[in-house]
Amino acid sequence: MTARKDTEHPRLEVDALLADPGVGIIVCCGSGGVGKTTTAAALGIRAAEAGRKVVVLTIDPARRLAQALGLTELDNTPRPVAGVDLAAGGSLDAMMLDMKRTFDEVVETHATPDKAEQILANPFYQAVSSSFAGTQEYMAMEKLGQLRSQAVADGRWDLIVVDTPPSRSALDFLDAPKRLGSFLDGRFVRLLMAPAKAGGRAYLKVFSVGVDLAQRTVSRVLGGQLLMDVQTFVAALDTMFGGFRERADVTYALLKEDTTAFVVVASPDRDALREAAFFVDRLGAERMPLAGVVVNRLQALGASALSASRAEDGVEQLIEAGEGESLTAGLLGLHADLASTAARQHGVVSRFAANHPDVPMTSVAAAATDVHDLDGLREVGRLLSG
Amino acid sequence: MPSPVLADLAAARLHVVTGKGGVGKTTVAASLALALASTGKRVLVIEVEGRQGLSQTFDVAPLGVEEVRLVAHHSGGELWGLSIDAKAALLEYLQLFYKLGRAGSALEKVGAIDFATTIAPGVRDVLLTGKIYEAAGRPRGGRGSKQRGLHYDALVVDAPPTGRAVRFLNVNAGLADVAKVGPIRSQADSITAMLRDTRTLVHMVTLLEEMPVQESLDGLRDLAAAGLHLGAIVVNQIREPHLSPAHLTALAGSDDDLDETLRTELTSAGLRPTGPMVKGLVSEGRDHALRLDLQDDMAAEIAAAGRPVIELPALTDGVEDGGIAVLADELLDQGVR
Repeated sequence: MTARKDTEHPRLEVDALLADPGVGIIVCCGSGGVGKTTTAAALGIRAAEAGRKVVVLTIDPARRLAQALGLTELDNTPRPVAGVDLAAGGSLDAMMLDMKRTFDEVVETHATPDKAEQILANPFYQAVSSSFAGTQEYMAMEKLGQLRSQAVADGRWDLIVVDTPPSRSALDFLDAPKRLGSFLDGRFVRLLMAPAKAGGRAYLKVFSVGVDLAQRTVSRVLGGQLLMDVQTFVAALDTMFGGFRERADVTYALLKEDTTAFVVVASPDRDALREAAFFVDRLGAERMPLAGVVVNRLQALGASALSASRAEDGVEQLIEAGEGESLTAGLLGLHADLASTAARQHGVVSRFAANHPDVPMTSVAAAATDVHDLDGLREVGRLLSG
Repeated sequence: MPSPVLADLAAARLHVVTGKGGVGKTTVAASLALALASTGKRVLVIEVEGRQGLSQTFDVAPLGVEEVRLVAHHSGGELWGLSIDAKAALLEYLQLFYKLGRAGSALEKVGAIDFATTIAPGVRDVLLTGKIYEAAGRPRGGRGSKQRGLHYDALVVDAPPTGRAVRFLNVNAGLADVAKVGPIRSQADSITAMLRDTRTLVHMVTLLEEMPVQESLDGLRDLAAAGLHLGAIVVNQIREPHLSPAHLTALAGSDDDLDETLRTELTSAGLRPTGPMVKGLVSEGRDHALRLDLQDDMAAEIAAAGRPVIELPALTDGVEDGGIAVLADELLDQGVR
């Protein structure tokens, strides 16, 4: 079942994408609940069984999917997935992101041992590293950068497939790291540090009235202790600002390279496709390489030649003939329902396609049951490649 | 028949709607709010993530920081809508409690507002839930009014997805690590008291699919552990059962028997049976049977959670074209008041 065979719309050639040695990173993004993680895992298996050396970075997999990939503990380390066919010379590793540990590792890498200890013990750092709204996105980027460096260094992988965090918006994945970066480099941080660096800074004098007022207010609203924690945190981080920002910038630049391919995942409904459209437009504006859009869980029809209205007419006739309880009446009623869902989905998908004529697309038919083992993922991979 | 357990719902004032991404939280929150408004109540429906899902659902201009009336019901009930923005809530809060005209803009200028609303952990959630607290406690006739009673009879919050909802609703724990004393802490304490009140219920929206059900059951446990009161489990997008148990038994039979039966019956239906049509209908039927089995398993898991269950049908035409009203009627039929 492909939605696009009847039109001239360009098709996302998944097997060609996975086989392309020039593609080293595939980023799966989209709004929550559309099947990003499943898509990432399915792409990973298909690529590995075709001979690529793959690592899949998942963010927050559903429990049974995690089990299928052998991800029983959150240990932030890629491990081989059992049960993958390695005959073609490929391999598959998978890992689940531990955002706190990743953040800790960044601190440990970039600060002197006693500075690192000071930062890790700071209550404000502990809160930021485990609950700041953008930390997951930022750390997913960071981990991607790390995996890439390791791949280049030891050749263990030639393809990294990344799932993105279940954000409010798919765009958060691109924006959150910058937000954290600009905070760390921002005027407010300088302001918080002002007591530690009092005097000598001309630009501070210009703002001194506002700064003083702001500082008193922050202290009044947040309480003095929090302010002090933030100040200590920021002062400790100051030495590694460069490292932080540089890393975020390097990873962001990595996303713009030709070796990266974005796969935007959507379900065939208005909201998910609107989100996909925002993301596609944004990737275009940022000149980031979009491979295409996957429309997931499209209603499949067995009897595709039979329209919903003809099926409904058939049910009517059976009822008139006193056969309203027959198996065929039931099946025709079911078909009418499925066919009108399929028609509605086709409508929203076609609108998206018409508005994005150059964006390659592919679709995956909805499975009768949920996917939670390697065979299920292989089947999704097969459907993805059409 | 209204389920007796739904009596809890009738006593609730603040309804918080959560669930896994993609299960239809906004649709359910909107339908619940509309159902409550049509019983003559004045209801406020609130979104907190700036997605403008409510304005799209009700087909009105994007909602902002001012409450706007979405529906005036002939029962006298009214439905109002609000999209809470953390930044606006902070400035309003500072103005209200600290009378900070100039400091507010100074804070904005140095980036402190951005800091507090996007970076500082927990602060953002205190601000968002704080605005809900203000609306919930607002006296009839507005702030400072001497009238008895409250402005809104009920509030419905379209909350963040399950994974973030616990943190969102557990504002005190979010702040505990960073702010042990101080004004924002005492604000958080009042909000927590409201959220843990028995008249605040958290409803979980799910589909009868494995991942949403699993996440819902985990979420319910986490919410209860955080001291929140659970409301109903709303099972959304239930497909009408097209096949009876007798049909399902027949579908398990041999292809040849089925072929014969279907060819005869399709002819009575006025359709010309073809091989692909017969095969296609049978495979659709068998897939449906698998789905029904899975749904039964999922329904049993949901029932085992021991919460009242509300069932909402799948809308073939989506939520557009009056779908919200259909679901609101469905909620009223199932005893929601």
